[in-house]
This record gives sequence, C-alpha cells and structure tokens, in this order.
Amino acid sequence: MIFSLAIYGAPYSSQASDSAYRFATAALAGGHSIYRLFFYADGVHNATRLAAPPQDENNLPRAWRQLIEAHAIDSVVCIASALRRGIINGEEAERYGCDADNLAGGFEVSGLGQLLDAAVRCDRLITFGD
Amino acid sequence: MSAKAKKILVVSSHAPYGKSTARESLDAVLAASAYEQDLQLLFVGDGVFQLLKQQDTSATGAKNLAATLPVLPLYDINDIYVHQQSLDQRQLTAADLVLEVKCLDSRQVAALMDRQEIILSF
Repeated sequence: MIFSLAIYGAPYSSQASDSAYRFATAALAGGHSIYRLFFYADGVHNATRLAAPPQDENNLPRAWRQLIEAHAIDSVVCIASALRRGIINGEEAERYGCDADNLAGGFEVSGLGQLLDAAVRCDRLITFGD
Repeated sequence: MSAKAKKILVVSSHAPYGKSTARESLDAVLAASAYEQDLQLLFVGDGVFQLLKQQDTSATGAKNLAATLPVLPLYDINDIYVHQQSLDQRQLTAADLVLEVKCLDSRQVAALMDRQEIILSF
C-alpha cells in the first residue's frame, strides 16, 4: 500500500511526531511505501537541524532525517507554517534577510498543494496530531 | 494530480483561537479548492465556534476567522456541514453562524464520512 503521512505535532511537545515516525518505520518494514511526508503547523519543528535534545532522549529530528535519507522519502515542510515558526532554508533566509537558516537536509519547503497531491495520489493519508 | 475529482472531506474540530489548528485548517481548505476536487467541509465539536458571528479579536492580535469564512462560497466550497449535536451542546443554532450551513445529526455525519474517499482531519 502507498501511504502519505501528515504530521501536525512538534517533537517533544506531543506524541504525534513520534507516533508518525514509528508508523513510517513499521510501514516501510512491512513492505509498504511512503509517497510523501507532509509537515504542517507545529509539525514543521521536526525539520530543524539545530535540535539538541539531552543524550538520554530520542533525537527525533535526527531520526526523521536518517529515515528520510535511507529511504529517499519525499518530505515537504509547509512553507507558510515554517516561515511563521522560524524554520527556514538558505534561499528563504536570504529572501527575508535572516542571518541563518536551519532546515535540515532531506526536507524541502513547498505549499499546501503538496498535501492535497499526497491525499489524492496515495492509497491512504494518515494524520498525526491535532 | 489525477484527472478524476476525489471526494474530500475536511473535518474541523478545534475552537477558532488559542491554537493555530482552526486557522491552518481553513488555509488547507482554501488551498485544496484550487485543485478541482469534490471538497466538503464539516465542523464538529468546538469547531462550530469558528462559525460564530461577531467575533472580535482586536484585543488578542489574532486574525479574525469570521472575516475569512464567508469567502468559502467564492472558492466554490458550498457543501458546508455542521454537526447539530455540537451546536446543541453549546446552546447555539444555525442562526448564530456567519455562513449558511447544512446541519447534520450524528447518523448523517457518519453517512457523510462514509461517502468520502479522503478525510483531512484538523
């Protein structure tokens, strides 16, 4: 089956992102494929490359990065949600005159159309978070 | 995007303020309207508060949702549903709302969801 995941929760604030990660891992291990991960609202915080959680806690942003890289998963961060929350890539940082960027590799910024595209194209779209 | 329009229901169940979910669900609806799908919108639970007339956000700095919701018909979104029991529980009626909506009882909500190909939940 072809899944897409919509993730609305920030790492550490809610269970949503962790559950989504575990679902994605299990789906891939079960021979399913993932068409797209779409990070929306607070979910965009999963895409920072600057998270530095304590050593004895899961590093969820890093785990996402590794999963995305290992399986070449199309991973989209909603640009409107991201810019509001200070998640920004180099190009946008330059456009808005920010002095740094923090979007991790493997993620791209794009619009809500990518959520709709995912919903329409895959067999199941699963939402994590509220 | 596939050629055949899919039946998509957006379910909005959060109060308009205090959390960005309601506003971001509306953004998703407006974006979705550009993709020529069969788009429908359902307000349940505290989501019905989004539709209240006379919302005043001047004291909080939040964007007024009641000012944006009336544009939905301009985006060709005319199938707007409200869960009747959610209204009743909050002592509201359809007359309190900024949009013309179709009120559905719980059984009809279940039937509506059953007819969809995709449900986006907010």
